[in-house]
Amino acid sequence: MQLSIRWSGFFFAVALVCCGRVAAQKPAFIHMSDVAAWDLADNDTLYVLNFWATWCKPCVAEMPYFDQVQKEMEGQKVKVIFISMDFRSDYEKRLVPFVAKKKFHSQIVLLDEPKYNDWIDKVSTTWSGAIPATLIVQHSKGIRAFHEGEYTYETLKSQIDSLIQR
Amino acid sequence: MKKVSTVFLTVLMALFFAGNYAVAQGVDADLIGKEAPAFNLKNIDGKMVSLDNYKSSKGAIVIFTCNHCPYSKMYEDRIVALDGKFKAQGYPVVAINPNDPATYAEDSFDQMKKRAKKKGFTFPYLVDETQGIAKAYAATRTPHVYLLENAGGKFVVRYVGAIDDNAQDAKAVSSKFLEDAIAKLSAGQAPDPSQTKAVGCGIKWKAAAAN
Repeated sequence: MQLSIRWSGFFFAVALVCCGRVAAQKPAFIHMSDVAAWDLADNDTLYVLNFWATWCKPCVAEMPYFDQVQKEMEGQKVKVIFISMDFRSDYEKRLVPFVAKKKFHSQIVLLDEPKYNDWIDKVSTTWSGAIPATLIVQHSKGIRAFHEGEYTYETLKSQIDSLIQR
Repeated sequence: MKKVSTVFLTVLMALFFAGNYAVAQGVDADLIGKEAPAFNLKNIDGKMVSLDNYKSSKGAIVIFTCNHCPYSKMYEDRIVALDGKFKAQGYPVVAINPNDPATYAEDSFDQMKKRAKKKGFTFPYLVDETQGIAKAYAATRTPHVYLLENAGGKFVVRYVGAIDDNAQDAKAVSSKFLEDAIAKLSAGQAPDPSQTKAVGCGIKWKAAAAN
């Protein structure tokens, strides 16, 4: 089992190298170091990191709001990243088809960090671990806003609008 | 140039991991050492179950869980095993489903009965219809575990959080947080850590009660 996961990871890596177009539709596996790089990026981008999963109804319900904000703010330094909490074993079965079906504008990745207790507090000490959850961050401006729970389009848009003006 | 940016990134990482390390915080931490909220809830067999039923136990493992949530499903077999191991040692499992079945029909009372039968639950599976007990415990997700100790007839919360450190793969678990906490209690010591976290499905609150 472990071996087959490794092999599928290997083939995925090969696919990434040789067939960029196919791979572009597939969410990348990321680690906490990647989240940290966004969290601490020394640039003028406002990162909107949304933690979700394909099976989570309230998560899936709010995703279009995030994607809409991403589309509307094209050209502005706002980057929405959907960070999937789906299990590694569900990658092909659930996540890939979901991504293909939804055709979201925003980047989608799978956070491959199964030891939740090691990193939840690094996202926010106020996060209980329930999803959906969202971290809006721009390190260079000292912006770091965490929200556990759902957003409506209006609350999300107004928060991002006010943060981007800081 | 590349080297400089690598060094820079390393420094950033170090700051990130150092800066965000905080002591246990939040509502879970507030509950530890306090008296556990009492409950009297309907079991899948139709009978009422309350903490008073456990007066002769050393404690209880109260787990907010449900049918639909993949994290809960991943833990079903492990919860059955926990009850099998710890009931005899004085720490029986009491499972509570706090979810509004309007969000997921799979979480209805009828489905709870079916799921318990299918998975061979050896413990009560209670429905928190008003969601008042989940709120009293400040539970936010499923599964969300509370280890209670019977201190002379009064149940005290000693540990809150996850069952272990790997929901996805029982074989890859390296820390059995809950079992370790029970071992500490049995030895007359305080669990350490007394609080852990896990990604879980947010409890599906009823619309009228939503904030």
